[in-house]
Amino acid sequence: MIDSFASWLIYGKFGLDSTSRLGQSLHFFVYDTIKIIFLLLLMTILMGIVNSYLPIEKIKNFLTKRNWYGLDHLLASLFGAITPFCSCSSIPLFMGFLKGGIPLGVTLSFLITSPLVNEVALALFIGIFGLKVTLIYAISGILLGTIVGYILGKMNLEKYLEDWVVQSLQTKIQNTDLAEGSLSFSERLPEIIKEALNITKGVIPYLFIGIGLGALIHGFIPTGYFEAYITKNNPLAVPLAVILGVPMYANATSVIPILQALVEKGIPLGTALAFSMAVVGLSLPEATLLKKVMKTKLIAIYFGSVSISIIFLGYFFNYIF
Amino acid sequence: MKNIKVLGPGCAKCKQLEKNVQEAVSKLTGDYNVEKVEDYQEMAKYGMLGSPGLVIDEKLISTGKVQSVSELMEMLK
Repeated sequence: MIDSFASWLIYGKFGLDSTSRLGQSLHFFVYDTIKIIFLLLLMTILMGIVNSYLPIEKIKNFLTKRNWYGLDHLLASLFGAITPFCSCSSIPLFMGFLKGGIPLGVTLSFLITSPLVNEVALALFIGIFGLKVTLIYAISGILLGTIVGYILGKMNLEKYLEDWVVQSLQTKIQNTDLAEGSLSFSERLPEIIKEALNITKGVIPYLFIGIGLGALIHGFIPTGYFEAYITKNNPLAVPLAVILGVPMYANATSVIPILQALVEKGIPLGTALAFSMAVVGLSLPEATLLKKVMKTKLIAIYFGSVSISIIFLGYFFNYIF
Repeated sequence: MKNIKVLGPGCAKCKQLEKNVQEAVSKLTGDYNVEKVEDYQEMAKYGMLGSPGLVIDEKLISTGKVQSVSELMEMLK
């Protein structure tokens, strides 16, 4: 349906030749933009509903109350995936978890997965790479958070927290009970939709940039162009892509459409996925933010272990795709 | 006098909440003291998990939400 609308608009209404580069690029642009905006709304509304019934306070209390015998990490990672990510919340969240008595490793499981698997990135992945790739991305992201958090938890890293954090942890806050009324679904919905529209509106400029650049690559670079430079057999391509991606702070909404166009022109899908994980999951601004609660050594261990895991995942993706 | 604190490191939502609180307070007749808290150490004391956090008389009321001016007026009455 969207496809025929895009064809009608570009080839019919604007009268562009459907075999011309300009026509194809524009068609790709219109089609992808509409499809992704629709998916963004769908995902942000779904995530909003989950979040309305399972707010972060409940998740924290849930993780605090019981001993989950090693499942804590998986649960924290899963919760990280279904909670909307906002970088300005990550420090309060980190402190709140630790103060609630949740171990550092479990808190890190949450912190790793939260940006990596988020509703905006998932909507983009579904729209651009399809459901199968999205599922593989989401599951590997959740497992990555689980395993890396588990390993870091075993390393007794508490001594690398900033001094004020250690001091502040002397006083625990057991339960955060906010006066959440028992609202009905129809009472919750307006707020959820408002928030979903806000998130979608916020990323649309980045979407235009991403799809615009993607459309240019799509229309003007010959298919298979990159195959001459980057192949699956080049063992350095994945680590290089990850090292490039980690410090970058780019919006997933821009990066994913560009990646798709690059994959089409010959960059291996696994390498592209590893790159997007590095861009979305870790960034320089996040490291500066974490500096407020972690000593440099802990940030280095945290970023290092996540980067190495993403490199392994990149090789694995290239192997299966 | 009611003591109101808006906890937030300075994201768009935090600024909006502070603005709404100021507006709500200016429309109400009571005695209010509004404070913006940007220090993470200070924020951690309230056990908040998402920003912005709204504290009324040292009690954390909500996190991650931006209440409208009319909602705030109702809460602060």
